[in-house]
Amino acid sequence: MRPREWDRWLAVLSPVGLLLVWELLSRTGVLDGRFVPPPSVIGQTLASLTRTGELPYHVGVSVERILAGFVLGAVPAVALGLAMGLNRSVRAAVMPLVTALYPIPKIAVYPLIIFYLGIGEASKVGIVALSIFFLVLLNTMAGVLGLDRAYVNIARAYGARPIDVFTTIAWPGALPSIFTGLKLGMGFALIVIVGAELLGSDAGIGFLIWRAYQIFAIDVMFAGLLITALLGWLATAGLDWLERWALPWRA
Amino acid sequence: MITEVSPQLASIEVRGLSKSYPSRRGVLRVLQDVTFAVRPGEFCALIGPSGCGKTTLLHILAGLTTPTSGAVQIPPHDRGRLATALIFQGVSTLPWMTALENVAYGLRLMGVPAPDRRARARYHLARVGLSAFADAFPHQLSEGMRQRVSIARALATDPAILLMDEPFASLDEQNRLLMQDELLRIWQEDRKTVVFVTHSLDEAMRLADRVLVMSAIPSRIKSEVAIPFGRPRDFRIIRQDPAYGALSARLWDELREEVVHSIQP
Repeated sequence: MRPREWDRWLAVLSPVGLLLVWELLSRTGVLDGRFVPPPSVIGQTLASLTRTGELPYHVGVSVERILAGFVLGAVPAVALGLAMGLNRSVRAAVMPLVTALYPIPKIAVYPLIIFYLGIGEASKVGIVALSIFFLVLLNTMAGVLGLDRAYVNIARAYGARPIDVFTTIAWPGALPSIFTGLKLGMGFALIVIVGAELLGSDAGIGFLIWRAYQIFAIDVMFAGLLITALLGWLATAGLDWLERWALPWRA
Repeated sequence: MITEVSPQLASIEVRGLSKSYPSRRGVLRVLQDVTFAVRPGEFCALIGPSGCGKTTLLHILAGLTTPTSGAVQIPPHDRGRLATALIFQGVSTLPWMTALENVAYGLRLMGVPAPDRRARARYHLARVGLSAFADAFPHQLSEGMRQRVSIARALATDPAILLMDEPFASLDEQNRLLMQDELLRIWQEDRKTVVFVTHSLDEAMRLADRVLVMSAIPSRIKSEVAIPFGRPRDFRIIRQDPAYGALSARLWDELREEVVHSIQP
C-alpha cells in the first residue's frame, strides 16, 4: 500500500475506531447509557428525526441563514478589502475601525442585533454576515498587499486604468487569500449561527439542541452536535472543491 | 485572418532627463541630464553598472514613472497601437491567466474585441513557438517559455517601440543564447525600434546596432559605441570576427571605471 493510500485509510479508520470504542464503553456500562447514549442509539435518533422531517427542516433553516449571511457578509468584504489593498488612503481611513471592531466577540453583539433587526430571520443572517465580514475583509486586503508589485506594473505598462487593475490584477490575485478568509469564516459562521439559535430562535440546529436539553432528550442533543460537525465538514469540502475549480492556475 | 498594421517605425528623443527620489538623507539623484536619441528601426542597447537607473529610465520611456525634469519625445502613434510595450525582467506573466490570455492581455486593455484579440494572440504565440502551450498556466511553463509569452504579449499590441528590461537575465546561459537568436529572428521580420537594457556586454554586442553606456548614479549617458556587424546577424560568425574582441575590450574599458565607482562611491 502506498503511503498516500494508507493516509486515506487512517483518515477513515480513526473516527470509526473512536465510535466503536464509544459504543463498546456505553454497552458494557462503563459509560452510563442514559447520559452518554451509544452511537447506535444516536444513529437511530438521527434516522427517526429525518423520517419525521424535523431534522431536514431545522438543518435547512440553519443552512439558509448561513448561506444568506455568507453572501451578505462576503461580497462587501471583498469589495472593501480590494479597495483597502489597492489604495493607501482607504486603508488609512478604515483600518483603525477594523482593528477596534474585529476582536469583539460577535455573539456579544447579538442582543443589540436582535434589538435592531428583530427576533426573526434578519438578525440570524445579520450576525453570520457580521462574523465573517472582518475575516474576509482582512484576508482580501492581505492578499492584495502580498501581490508582487510587478503585476501592477505589467498592467500599467499596457495602459490599464484603475478599474482594470481592480478587475484583472487585484481580484484574481487576491482570490487565494479570499478563499482562506471564506474557509475561516465558514467555521465562525457555524459557531455563531448555532449559538444565536440557542439564545433566541424557534428553528434551526441550535434550537433543536436547546429544546432537546429542555425535555432531557440527550440523544437528540448528540444528534444535533453530530449534524453540526457533518455540516462543517461538508462546507469545508465544498469550499475546497470550489477553490480548486476557481483557481486552476495554482501550482 | 490576421491583418497586421504595417510597421510604422518611431524614433525616441530624450533630452535633459533627470529623476530623483526623496530619501532619508535628502534626495537620491538617479538620473541626471540623460540625453540621447534612437533612430527609427534601430536596436539600441543600454548598459551600465548595477543600480545605475537603467530600469528607471526604461520605466520613464514606458510612461510608468514621471521624470523630475527633462523631456521624452515619441512621435504620435496610430489609434489601436501602443506607443511602447515594455518587457519586464523576472516576473513577467500573470499567473492567473493562461499563456494565450497573457498574450491577449495588452489587446484586452486596449479594448480589442474578444474574437479578434484571440486570433492575434494565437498568431503571436505561434511566432514565439508556443502554440502547443496556449492553455497552459505560467507555473506549468519554464522561465524561458514565460519570457517568450511576455515577448509575444508585447508584439501582439504592435507597439511602435519595444522596451526590454533585462528580459533574459534570469535564464541560464544556454537558454539565454537561444532566446537571443529567437529575438533577432523575430525582430528581423518587422524591425521595430528597440531599447534593450542589459548588464551583459556580450548580449549588447550580439543584439544591438548601437550600445549606450551609462555612468554610475547620478547616471548620464557616458558614451556610445556603434556595433558594426551586419544583419541578419549570426552570433557564431560574429564571435570569430577579430573586431568582436576589440569591441568587447573597448566597451569594458568604458564600463569598468563606472562599475568600480558604483561599488566604491
